[in-house]
Amino acid sequence: MPTKNMIQALNSAMDVVLDRDDDVVIFGEDAGYFGGVFGATQGLQKKYGLDRVFDAPINEAAIVAMAIGMSAKGLRPVAEIQFADYIFPGFDQVVSELSRIRYRSAGQFTTPVTIRTPCGGGIRGGQTHSMSPEAFFTHIPGVKVVMPSNPYDAKGLLIASVESDDPVIFFEPKRIYNGPFNGVPDAPLTSWATHPKGEVPDEHYTVPLGKAEIVRAGSELTIVTYGTLVHVAQSAAEKAGIDAEIIDLRTIVPYDMETIAASVNKTGRVIVAHEAPRTSGFGAELIAQIQEECFYALEAPVARITGWDTPYPHAHEWAYFPGQERFIRTMKTVMEA
Amino acid sequence: MRRFEEKAGQLYGMGLIAGFCHLYIGQEAVVTGIQAALEEGDQVITGYRDHAHMLACGMSANGVMAELTGREGGYSRGKGGSMHMFSRDKQFFGGHGIVGAQVSLGTGLALADQYKGNKKVCATYFGDGAANQGQVYESFNMAKLWNLPVIYVIENNQYAMGTAVKRASSEVELYKRGISFGIPGEQVDGMDVLAVKAAADKAVKHAREGNGPYILEMKTYRYRGHSMSDPAKYRTRDEVNEVREHRDPIDLVKKLIMDAEYASEDDLKEIEKRVKAVVNESAEFAKNSPEPDPSELYTDVLIEA
Repeated sequence: MPTKNMIQALNSAMDVVLDRDDDVVIFGEDAGYFGGVFGATQGLQKKYGLDRVFDAPINEAAIVAMAIGMSAKGLRPVAEIQFADYIFPGFDQVVSELSRIRYRSAGQFTTPVTIRTPCGGGIRGGQTHSMSPEAFFTHIPGVKVVMPSNPYDAKGLLIASVESDDPVIFFEPKRIYNGPFNGVPDAPLTSWATHPKGEVPDEHYTVPLGKAEIVRAGSELTIVTYGTLVHVAQSAAEKAGIDAEIIDLRTIVPYDMETIAASVNKTGRVIVAHEAPRTSGFGAELIAQIQEECFYALEAPVARITGWDTPYPHAHEWAYFPGQERFIRTMKTVMEA
Repeated sequence: MRRFEEKAGQLYGMGLIAGFCHLYIGQEAVVTGIQAALEEGDQVITGYRDHAHMLACGMSANGVMAELTGREGGYSRGKGGSMHMFSRDKQFFGGHGIVGAQVSLGTGLALADQYKGNKKVCATYFGDGAANQGQVYESFNMAKLWNLPVIYVIENNQYAMGTAVKRASSEVELYKRGISFGIPGEQVDGMDVLAVKAAADKAVKHAREGNGPYILEMKTYRYRGHSMSDPAKYRTRDEVNEVREHRDPIDLVKKLIMDAEYASEDDLKEIEKRVKAVVNESAEFAKNSPEPDPSELYTDVLIEA
């Protein structure tokens, strides 16, 4: 089985959908000739031509709108927003148009757009190149929100997103493009080549939207998370010697409550974790739903591990990033409660 | 169109239409002239003052009126209302309540046409207010960069809600807004349907032949307030009356027809009668069509939830 890092896996996904369906077009800032600032679209313009893989000016609002217009006419555009932090000029188009055209045309038009965008910190990007803005998009009825944590899922989820008739906002945690990251900043870089999820077939396959994965089975405690923190949680659980069950949501909306509830009802203890700020983060939604469905199974208050309610700092990046220490401390607190 | 809008105004007064309702009365020559220059399969997208555009696209008066009253028989089964209607059949892509958002969407529709190589054109309508939105210029840039088959129709009715063009625009000659992108523009008397048609023919030909976008600034005027709740205190009654009396687009057409003896007074009365019948029927239909089932609240959100 060939191994791929996350960029190569995403590239392979786009290669597969471009090859299978002439209605797929890919565009974005630097996405054509240059092949993407992180290289995700490298080689695709050369292979599929200027009509199908092309550069857009630096206009996020119009990029999103172009994709919507094209999708309403039957195409399946994949638009790249270079950094998730740049998406806000296009936010109105997502909120007011992309998510609602199906509803307000009573199903006459659908908008199967996929917006790919790298998110998250850990690369010293500072406040405008490190955000995890997924929670904003979970508050918009009519779009799906996806965030993979490894190359295998990245390819399968991206293909599923492009093939879905619903619009999808596809967040790519850029810290783990080149290898899994356990949250220890000075640890030597590990490669996806040695990780089981770095094995990525060349051909078409999908990972279903809306299905979480239990990446570590356990009995004492449930950790619900997604993206980079999946790896931090796994490593921290090993270090703490706690038999945690770790759930990688993969799709944030619609989220897989069935898998979460089954785990919580078994363990009775839960931590939800994300890199984004705490207040009104997606963890708050998860906790609300967990207490609604699993209240009588809970042995301890549900805890949250998150970024702080501050802009993403440049200088103290690792004080902001929810690393192993915060995980281990919180796991102990929840176990002792 | 005018009789339809008058009837919509009445139904609003009677409480049968709720919320927002932006009437097009006074501006009819614009959409009539532009649509006459389009061919089947060309598409149309506009903002929130959209009822006449739908009628001009050939959508049924019944379906539009029933959407205004929020009934099941409406084009969006009551989910959209005045500003939010679509017709796949008539290639009408809304009906958009966010000022200026439709300009970029229309440009995207044109990009799809170019990709498909179908020689279709997208008529993208917006007002003098929307002309100041940033994404309009993002769209102009892309449209010319890629030579997209789109015509931008700026319906300059002089007021963005209550703000006169000169109070909000540094350059009030809106047809010049494409100059720095290399997009040709023209100012047209939007009260004269023949002038509109002639300009539209030229613009549509330009776009259809692969020469890229074209801007038409239509100088027009709306007689009613911005919406039903607007008493229009930002302009004088005299100003409105002056336009009504001397520049009314429908009176002009009537005069042209009579002068050239295309039809007699009686013929026109007969047409008027037929129009009234269609409009009255639409009002009856809109009153009697049932409200949508509450279960419709959750349909058409996500396909696979």
